[in-house]
Amino acid sequence: MDLPTVWFCIIALLWLGYLFLEGFDFGVGMLLPVLGRRETERRVLINTIGPVWDGNEVWLIVAGGAMFASFPGWYAGLLSTAYLPFTVLLLVLIGRGVAFEYRGKVDTARWRRAWDTVIVLASWIAPLMVGLVLSATVFGLPLDANGDRVGGPLVILTLPNVLGAVAVAAFSLLHGAAFLALKTEGDVRERAHRFALRFGVPLLLPVVGLLLVAQLREGAPWTWIPLLIALLTGLAALARQAVGRDGQAFVLQGVALAGAVVTLFGALWPNVLPSTLDPAWSLSIAETASSSYTLTVVTWVAAFGTPAVLVYQGWTYWVFRKRIGTKHIPPVHAA
Amino acid sequence: MDLLDIARWQFGITTVYHFLMVPLTIGLAILVAGMQTAWYRTGNERYLKMTKFWGKLMMVNFAMGVVTGIVQEFQFGMAWSEYSRFVGDVFGAPLAMEGIVAFFVESVFLGLWIFGWDRLSKRVHLACAWAFSLATVASAYFILAANSWMQHPVGVEMVDGEPRLSSIWAVLTNNTLLAAFPHTIFGCFAVAGTFVLGIAAWKVWKRDRQGMPHDEDRRVWHKSMRVGAWVALFSFVGLAISGDIQGKLMFEQQPLKMASAEALCHTEQPASFSVFAYGDVSRPDCESVKSITVPFMLSYLAHGDFSTEVKGVRQLQDEYAAKYGTHYPDDPRLGDLAGERIEYQPNLPVTYWGFRFMIGFGAVSALAALGALWFTRGGRFPRGRLWGPLALASIATPFLANVFGWIFTEMGRQPFVVAPNPNPSGVDGVWMYTAQAVSSGVSPGEMTTSLIALTSVYGVLLVVEVFLMVRYARGGFESVMPHKSSDDSEDDSDSGGSGSDDVLSFAY
Repeated sequence: MDLPTVWFCIIALLWLGYLFLEGFDFGVGMLLPVLGRRETERRVLINTIGPVWDGNEVWLIVAGGAMFASFPGWYAGLLSTAYLPFTVLLLVLIGRGVAFEYRGKVDTARWRRAWDTVIVLASWIAPLMVGLVLSATVFGLPLDANGDRVGGPLVILTLPNVLGAVAVAAFSLLHGAAFLALKTEGDVRERAHRFALRFGVPLLLPVVGLLLVAQLREGAPWTWIPLLIALLTGLAALARQAVGRDGQAFVLQGVALAGAVVTLFGALWPNVLPSTLDPAWSLSIAETASSSYTLTVVTWVAAFGTPAVLVYQGWTYWVFRKRIGTKHIPPVHAA
Repeated sequence: MDLLDIARWQFGITTVYHFLMVPLTIGLAILVAGMQTAWYRTGNERYLKMTKFWGKLMMVNFAMGVVTGIVQEFQFGMAWSEYSRFVGDVFGAPLAMEGIVAFFVESVFLGLWIFGWDRLSKRVHLACAWAFSLATVASAYFILAANSWMQHPVGVEMVDGEPRLSSIWAVLTNNTLLAAFPHTIFGCFAVAGTFVLGIAAWKVWKRDRQGMPHDEDRRVWHKSMRVGAWVALFSFVGLAISGDIQGKLMFEQQPLKMASAEALCHTEQPASFSVFAYGDVSRPDCESVKSITVPFMLSYLAHGDFSTEVKGVRQLQDEYAAKYGTHYPDDPRLGDLAGERIEYQPNLPVTYWGFRFMIGFGAVSALAALGALWFTRGGRFPRGRLWGPLALASIATPFLANVFGWIFTEMGRQPFVVAPNPNPSGVDGVWMYTAQAVSSGVSPGEMTTSLIALTSVYGVLLVVEVFLMVRYARGGFESVMPHKSSDDSEDDSDSGGSGSDDVLSFAY
């Protein structure tokens, strides 16, 4: 494999890491009012991701930075063309991050309700926007020869892209439920478990739909393999959930996500952002890749940096590995 | 306003705002790690109180720095896609490095630090504090490497009209970076030091006025105050020295920025330093500027002696026009500027006053720190009614100095986004006009929408952040120290055996 292809795979991997990690913490936010009926229960939910959500979000920042470094034309083309969805994504991520940190810092119901609203809205809107822009990069956008958008700011709202938005949100919701079943105890765990079982199949449907559309429109013969893996492990995850094997269900869901991401990026290859107007204007790996010197530099950084990240980020999850229940929540300690 | 103006206002507002949070985070994180180290080594409860209190204020601020930083990472591609395409081979690498090397460490170890009290051993927990605080410094290095490359492009060769990275080492050891990094870090400590000084002094003042006893808590506040003042004072000495080095470098690398900073219309030999203008600097015409000057001083600031010639705006403008062209290309993507004459002189009032406000506010806060050290020696604190409000007001000065410094350095680089090197220690022939850098596929309506939305959200969040900081400052140590006795009793009654310390020692 040449370096540009390696970096195409690394970008896919970074998005996979992001969707896996922030996927469940979006899900936790989405489920806040559903599974957290009392204040202490809502605090249980928030504290399952309290120490880790920020580290999860860095995967997005690094995915962006890595795209800039390795495929400037892709980074510039996608971000400027999907300007409004990215703006909305940034706004909700700002609100959500601040909400987690500030929610417990004043002890009044009104204060908490306000931040809860921000958390829930942002946790729904963010995966929708992520899904929208990821689908757009797979299915393409109306780009001219310079890589700039032709048409208004809403040309991104095509049917497949909207399906992608729904798919990422649906996956996040299911993934959040599986995570909570694994990380909590008591009533919250019970509800998360029941939620995952009851809504598992309907939530997987948009994901499967997205993969099939991608496969039929852009896919290669080999991408049927990850697609089938995604489908089978997704169902297997639900089966393990049904028998109460939370850990296995959560891991299998991760494998399903990996299958889905490989299918989508496999369908995208060798392009990075197709033009729906003229295939000659599509942005490809070869055209948008940085010089081999730059790619070599960032490869060294990634080769040493990424394993270290995986080790210490994994260690965080180990330190905070215990299930959390309402009895573990200390009294409010606010200014 | 056309697209370019909106994009520039958006970048300016979001970046200045982000840089209100960043210096406080960097400086305070290191100070808190230092306080925790003192606690670890001495076991003295006083340092634990300091760690907890200042750590809490740092966390309130840290969150804002993190979330506004994502905007920075993405808006190059969103609003400045032409820039991103042009410089991508060089500029993306330090950003990616910042993410992989610094952001992950910051976010992961901050989470461990916040939630890890009692879950981790004291030694490991302390190591987490140092990990995330040093990572903030590392991230400053990488982002300044990217910025310094825009001020002084090095380590590239031109291939097909675009800069190709040829030496990452040159980019990471750019002399502009080596001067800007210490200057920026000293600026961070000036902010954090004055912040600690201001709040702690206000606490001491308030206690004394309420006739509260000279107890241990007062000693801790007093100690905090003096630590802050020493840090601030030390930083200002560092700022003056590093600023002088940076200034001399800028006279070589961007002479027009410095000539504008002085409103130096005509070449002088020896050149005088303008202290304060009373003439009209609001017009771009530098002829009308009259100011109080110190003879020979500018020659010294620029070149380290009292006789060398310093070039004026007029001569430099002609030199630039001869070298980089008199008119913009007739490209429709340049909008109103297509085919127009290029104005090489940066906005004169902004550059001139930006430079003076940076130095002026810095000097005021240095004096405040010096005064604080003198008036509070030996546990003293002056009684007057104004000392408390004055202490709080002093917090603003290093923030303002930082803001004006950045406005000066970025506005002084105009009309370029990537500045050329007329006296090249960098690579000659690499430059880009700001007008060429903006996204061509984005409509002014979209950009206005994001500008309004981001500015409003930022405005609201600033109010919330200050509100929380005031509450914590009012609450003092009470509101940040774990209340042990009540915790234990509730655990016993509530959980029947499995204590909460086992799972969560802190929770949102």
